[in-house]
Amino acid sequence: MSEVIRIKKGLDINLKGKAQEVSAKAEASDLFSVRPDDFHGIKPKVVVHEGDAVKVGTVLFYSKTNPELKFVSPVSGEVLAVNRGDKRKVLDIRLKSDRQFTSESFPKGRPSEMTPENVKETLLNAGFFAFIKQRPYDVIADPNDCPKAIFISGFDSAPLAPNYEYLLVGREEDFQLGIDALAKLTKGKIHVGINAEVSSNLYTHTKGVEIHQFLGPHPAGNVGVQIHHIDPINKGDIVWTINALDVAMIGAAFKTGQISFARSIVLNGASVKNPAYYKMTVGECISNIVANNIVGDNVRYISGNPLTGTQIPADGFLGAFDAQITVIPEGDKNDEMLGWIMPRLNKFSVSRSYFSWLLGRKKEYNIDTNLNGGQRAFIMSGEYDKVFPMDIYPEFLVKAIIAKDIDKMEQLGIYEVAPEDFALCEFVCTSKIETQRIVREGLDYLRKELA
Amino acid sequence: MKALRNFLDKVNPSFEEGGKLHAFRSVFDGFETFLFVPNTVAKRGSHIHDCIDSKRAMSMVVIALLPALLFGMYNVGFQHYLVHGEEASFLATFFYGFLAVLPKIVVSYVVGLGIEFVVAQWRGEEIQEGFLVSGMLIPLIVPVECPLWILAIATAFAVIFAKEVFGGTGYNIFNVALITRAFLFFAYPSKMSGESVWISQDPICGLGSTNALVDGFTGATPLGQATATTQLTDAIGSGISPMDMILGFYPGSIGETSVIAIGIGAIILLWTGIASWKIMFSVFAGGICTALLFNAVGANEVMNLPWYEHIFLGGFCFGAVFMATDPVTAPRTECGKYIYGFMIGFVAIVVRCLNPGYPEGMMLAILLMNVFAALIDYCFVQHNIKKRLNRVAINK
Repeated sequence: MSEVIRIKKGLDINLKGKAQEVSAKAEASDLFSVRPDDFHGIKPKVVVHEGDAVKVGTVLFYSKTNPELKFVSPVSGEVLAVNRGDKRKVLDIRLKSDRQFTSESFPKGRPSEMTPENVKETLLNAGFFAFIKQRPYDVIADPNDCPKAIFISGFDSAPLAPNYEYLLVGREEDFQLGIDALAKLTKGKIHVGINAEVSSNLYTHTKGVEIHQFLGPHPAGNVGVQIHHIDPINKGDIVWTINALDVAMIGAAFKTGQISFARSIVLNGASVKNPAYYKMTVGECISNIVANNIVGDNVRYISGNPLTGTQIPADGFLGAFDAQITVIPEGDKNDEMLGWIMPRLNKFSVSRSYFSWLLGRKKEYNIDTNLNGGQRAFIMSGEYDKVFPMDIYPEFLVKAIIAKDIDKMEQLGIYEVAPEDFALCEFVCTSKIETQRIVREGLDYLRKELA
Repeated sequence: MKALRNFLDKVNPSFEEGGKLHAFRSVFDGFETFLFVPNTVAKRGSHIHDCIDSKRAMSMVVIALLPALLFGMYNVGFQHYLVHGEEASFLATFFYGFLAVLPKIVVSYVVGLGIEFVVAQWRGEEIQEGFLVSGMLIPLIVPVECPLWILAIATAFAVIFAKEVFGGTGYNIFNVALITRAFLFFAYPSKMSGESVWISQDPICGLGSTNALVDGFTGATPLGQATATTQLTDAIGSGISPMDMILGFYPGSIGETSVIAIGIGAIILLWTGIASWKIMFSVFAGGICTALLFNAVGANEVMNLPWYEHIFLGGFCFGAVFMATDPVTAPRTECGKYIYGFMIGFVAIVVRCLNPGYPEGMMLAILLMNVFAALIDYCFVQHNIKKRLNRVAINK
């Protein structure tokens, strides 16, 4: 077993509304949606029209810059609408399920016995390739690249995140087949970062991977942090990352010969009556699982975790990369008086100017969406460093991005980071600076300038 | 509370664009966010946020300053009655000091916040909280006899030229309160040093002593005396012990004399984590090391001052705790903070010992290191960059 990599900097935010490891059942929804925005960095070219019949795995749109990169339907049924916004930007493609989940054909077999070209083409045609991201830039991977290595985080350390051990229980074989397929895409290694605190053999018996154990608070489970400690990205390197759940999804297709985007997800958060795990499909409407399951009426629905997720409406859809729906109270009607001087015992802060440090780490907090203050310039120093476990100066990097100084960004290590790595910085920031947005814009700017 | 909220909601439209009170938009915003936590929610990025904001951080510093302020008031009264040779009750002593200090606080806040309000409105921004701290620091680092009009000019100069021209809170290079003091120091030297400025001698609003000054009166601060003698005395000529220095019963700027009061503030700042312990610790380390070094040389009277007297006297503690730790003007790399702090302690003692013109070196030391803060950061950031480049070289 490899040695344990200890992550010292970081923060576990103990939120109310954790789900027990129980599955609940809800009626599957008929409505589905595929959002091109979920797949960052591509320009979609839609190939279906309203009323077209589709199967699971039928191409809905492809990337204009990389026509072989295809994005497919997660259900069988028909196309309800192609919704467009300003400048005819594709907002989403609405689908109606026929509840059959009939799949396009997929070659059943062992990927280890297939040629690399064959595996790549299979993954591209089935729409699985769209689930592989690349660094630098944190965008959907370019199929023409050959990555230095592929990194997979075997756990999610974000607040209220689902337990991968539970989601993937009994799917060791799927995971192994997925790894076999990925192994054909790189000449380098496949690294899997696992949680050192969990003693399970979900990943440890997997062949063809290098296992690394991580111990410490969030963001220990962020793949970016793991890459930084295993084999940091230098200028010119390209590495790919993929979620462990999606590896199993790919493997399952090779096992059954059926394309399926079904997955277990967790529904939790302080505003959920009965937090639990559900079976859902990528892009499925959440209205059935949240129906009669929400406390209060002024709440926010998030596809993903509260730090990095996307806000969706109550009848929104599960995002392509998410295995979590979080519902937390909105904070727009608090009218809290003199908050700057009150003791605020029920509020969470890493700063000792509040008392949450006295109440222990076990206390669970109900944090709403209020910013708790106005946006300011950088004032306090050293805040980001405490929650950013990489050998990078986060504040200086953010400033370089704001200044659009490409050389400085490169020098300060922008190739190693993704917006999600800055989520905790954004959480603890006294000045309420939107670091994730800034980093996202910085990466996009760099990609545009250097491409 | 509900009624207040409703009232604010009712008057809010007249401050919006096109409303008749739009010229006061920033002021209204300032008071509204002061009374109620704004109801703004996260639009993108992280959906949850820590409940600390800059109002909270700044208020903590103001709270940490209160012990020094209250003791400063008492000491002003104490020195007044001491030099008149009159015994006064605790309340009378404190209240005299209160009356002497209060106008300075009012002038500092009215002038400084006035400028902040106008600039915020002009820029169309929210009012920033930075001056809450500066406005409290300024009265504490001036002599009690400093005329109010001069204080007003100095505050206005500092807020405009040390802060607003750079972009406001968070963008300033120099500590605003210290620029106020530096302005006074160089523009009105007679009001900032010498023997007549440190003790309030006249009655205020009928309160205070009208007796003649006692024999042997000296208004010089102990540090002012130290250039000539090691036999330091208080205002009526009797010797002062290290205990007096720790308690703070000697003439000096209003808030700087008591080590204990400043110590309470330091504990609050360190405990809440608002100030960096790295800076605070290394300022003291730098000061003590340098003082010991000069003790060994011993070429003039100040060099012979024991290290603990260097620390206890003058503005050393106050500067180390409240001025050097200002996060905006200090380095922002963690390692840089050690160097920054150490250099402040070093330069402060060097100025005290080697410069006959300035008995106090803390202000100049901090302002000088403010300039170097960016350079210190540059070195550490550059080191990080080099490490990253070397990684590429090794891999190739």
